[in-house]
Amino acid sequence: MALSREQIAQRVAQELKDGYYVNLGIGIPTLVANYIPQDIEVMLQSENGLLGMGLFPTIDEIDADLINAGKQTVTMVKGASIFDSAESFAMIRGGHVDLTVLGAFEVDANGNIASYMIPGKLIKGMGGAMDLVAGAENIIVTMTHASKHGVSKLLKNCTLPLTGRACIKKVLTDLAFMEIKDGKFHLLERAPGVSVEEIIKLTEGELVVSGDIPEMKL
Amino acid sequence: MAGFDKVVASYEEALAGLTDNMTVIAGGFGLCGIPENLISEIKRKGTKGLTLVSNNCGVDDFGLGMLLPNRQIKKIIASYVGENAEFERQMMAGELEVELTPQGTLAEKMRAGGAGIPAFFTATGVGTPVAEGKEVRSFNGRDYILEEAIIGDFAIVKAWKADRYGNLVFRKTARNFNPLAATAGKITVVEVEEIVEVGSLDPDQIHTPGIYVDRLIQGNFEKRIEQRTTRPADLHEVKGT
Repeated sequence: MALSREQIAQRVAQELKDGYYVNLGIGIPTLVANYIPQDIEVMLQSENGLLGMGLFPTIDEIDADLINAGKQTVTMVKGASIFDSAESFAMIRGGHVDLTVLGAFEVDANGNIASYMIPGKLIKGMGGAMDLVAGAENIIVTMTHASKHGVSKLLKNCTLPLTGRACIKKVLTDLAFMEIKDGKFHLLERAPGVSVEEIIKLTEGELVVSGDIPEMKL
Repeated sequence: MAGFDKVVASYEEALAGLTDNMTVIAGGFGLCGIPENLISEIKRKGTKGLTLVSNNCGVDDFGLGMLLPNRQIKKIIASYVGENAEFERQMMAGELEVELTPQGTLAEKMRAGGAGIPAFFTATGVGTPVAEGKEVRSFNGRDYILEEAIIGDFAIVKAWKADRYGNLVFRKTARNFNPLAATAGKITVVEVEEIVEVGSLDPDQIHTPGIYVDRLIQGNFEKRIEQRTTRPADLHEVKGT
């Protein structure tokens, strides 16, 4: 079975380590906040200028001056800090954020990512995604492995305009967890009940399968 | 105006001298911390052909989106747009020029503009459409592109509190691009929720020193919320989130 959005978030959360500063993108990455292990401390960075993002507010706590990068009302945890946008991206570009999780339309075997623009359709913009992929050492891309019609999104070469070049090393899809190195995808884990053959069939870029590939533990 | 007193009497006075085809830098992220009354004043004045520099362009009937129906914006430099239907229509029809700029690069362009730095190298955008036509240089084995600073004829800023000298304090994530915009205007106009007496703000707690501020006015704010997300009242803090 392919992983649900929640299950993708659960698997990403296993990559969190105690003391990590983490930036979570919009969509599935946001859900990761719900699965942070109880025994570690993680600080969430929101690129509009907040380190230490908390839960959504109760109705009584809603504050128009306190939102996240998805423009949703949020709260702050104890020990949070606030800063301007240049400072926020100094943290990001300067490599101070330990882990970035973001979505994509396409990723290719050279670590290129396309996530912000489909020519001919409405172009909304890259927001902070280009800065995040350029600045972070440790990035996990979460995405679906293929389109509804079975067209692979893990390609030899991205077809859409790039968000970043040669910057992605880890991809988690609804079918598989992969590492990118030496111009190839390397299969690390498969979703429970998904066969290696299914993953190979839906991966256009070269996929290295070595030995037995374990199922993800959720 | 006397000495360092930056307070003006009206919004009309606050934006006096803003004319067609100028460049205006605006603070705000989404609808959070936008100079909403100064934007309304631009709409009222009917100034046209503006180049706007702002992270976003508001929604249909609020924020910078209010300047769209009368075609007051010629060009927008932003990182994320398209939260409004009229914007989409004008962009697709080629009536509105859009220069998409990565959010961190946009912030740094304002910071550099205000700090007297004409351009800077960044890895953001290398190998993407953003890099087209820009100088690429390698430092320590990595490619960077040259991005130029932005200076506005006007900067419009929203702060929480100010003293009459224009020393500013922002509140929570309504800070965002505002302090950067404040540095990068030839004329910087700030609207605040409260103006306090000089000396009542702690110098250690001032976010933007008054030297950057030319005009100051107190306004009333709607502070519209774009995505009102809540949790049930009985759900308490979860560790680490």
